[in-house]
Amino acid sequence: MTLADLHGESGEEHWLTYYDGFRRRVFVTHREVPFPEGKLIVSRTDPSGVITHANQAFVDMSGYSEDELVGEQHYILRHPDMPAVAFKGLWDTISQGKKWHGYVKNLRKDGAFYWVYATVVPNIRDGRIVSYTSVRRKPSRRKIEEMAALYKSLLQEEQGNRQ
Amino acid sequence: MKYTLTLSPDFNTKYLAGWFVLNTRLQKQLGLPLHLDLFTDFSACHAAIDAGKIDLIYANPADGAMLLREKQFVPVVHPRMRPDETIIAVPVDSPVNRIEDFRPDLRVAATDDPEINMIGQILLEPADITPADIQYQRCENYVLVAKALMNGQADAGFFLAETFAELSPTIRNRLRVILKSQIHVIHHLFLAGPRLTNQVDEIRQALLAMNDTEPGLLKEIGVTGWQATDAEEAEFMVDLMDTLVD
Ligand SMILES: Cc1cc2nc3c(=O)[nH]c(=O)nc-3n(C[C@H](O)[C@H](O)[C@H](O)COP(=O)(O)O)c2cc1C
Repeated sequence: MTLADLHGESGEEHWLTYYDGFRRRVFVTHREVPFPEGKLIVSRTDPSGVITHANQAFVDMSGYSEDELVGEQHYILRHPDMPAVAFKGLWDTISQGKKWHGYVKNLRKDGAFYWVYATVVPNIRDGRIVSYTSVRRKPSRRKIEEMAALYKSLLQEEQGNRQ
Repeated sequence: MKYTLTLSPDFNTKYLAGWFVLNTRLQKQLGLPLHLDLFTDFSACHAAIDAGKIDLIYANPADGAMLLREKQFVPVVHPRMRPDETIIAVPVDSPVNRIEDFRPDLRVAATDDPEINMIGQILLEPADITPADIQYQRCENYVLVAKALMNGQADAGFFLAETFAELSPTIRNRLRVILKSQIHVIHHLFLAGPRLTNQVDEIRQALLAMNDTEPGLLKEIGVTGWQATDAEEAEFMVDLMDTLVD
């Protein structure tokens, strides 16, 4: 996808570098897509974060097809406004076999975004973590505003530290 | 040896007769001495489970999760196309038109159906309403939930969607649905306990056969048919429910 696919919406280009060193150019617009009423967005990953299952709400909200999602790293949804420390907290928690909750701003294929309240649980079978399940629900507007401000300051700190 | 079938105590009593017939059919089919034993509340049911007295159970999702994770029960079948979905309804003349219109100090009429109340609470989160902001009015069944709304004793009611649809038109016309969940994958489970683990395949086959031979009987217990459930599918449902508590 390129800027030309954004149907005239204004957007910005960002380079994201993921934990595995993969670099990707993403396009980001200021359009928010509302969370679907009454639904839950569900996905499952293998222990390394590769998507193995996505429900219909997830497909609809991400803007990708199921085929484009399954087999990809979950970071395909990473929004440049999210601070790295949020995901570090996620992985530190779930790899210890514990449940994680957090507010996440996700990037859609078309550059728009959506906010979720996400929970990730390790799927433990015979005492081993075999996969992770994530369920997202609709957050309140007040929470979104609070978290957007917090993430902005965390991100500034992270960017400051890098220079 | 005698075996005991039971139901999570939130079942609709209008299905009682149907369940007795189902128990008899199952007993004949399997050649097992099977007895239907019912409990009026969750604590009595859970005590019987803890005492190892239950061998087969048609369990609501919360009980099903506990039986799978803590009591070595095995999933057999689940009802076909009958997920447990939650409806939030208000009196027809309520000023509320969407979830975000609800305010804290909300008076909610509800039964003690655990997953319906859990999902109801989740549906209220976008209005910044936490369980601490809710004044619950506990009702024995969903007709009484509807009455509490019609009498002005509650601002909102949590309903099992299937039961809401079965309310009489006169009652339903005095209520308005604000939201219905569309989770699709949370449903009741038919499970077998440790003393019947070797017969799970036979029990599953006997229940699945009813889809063709006993459609009338299945209707009497409020399902359109059974669908086989394997361990992983049931575990997935439990993992998903696990993400919804706190
Ligand atoms: C089950 C599961 C669900 C996840 N969901 C998301 C998500 O919706 N959005 C997101 O940006 N990262 C999600 N992540 C985290 C990503 O794997 C990744 O850590 C994150 O996008 C940050 O990328 P990075 O670790 O490469 O910096 C999820 C991880 C797991 C295990």
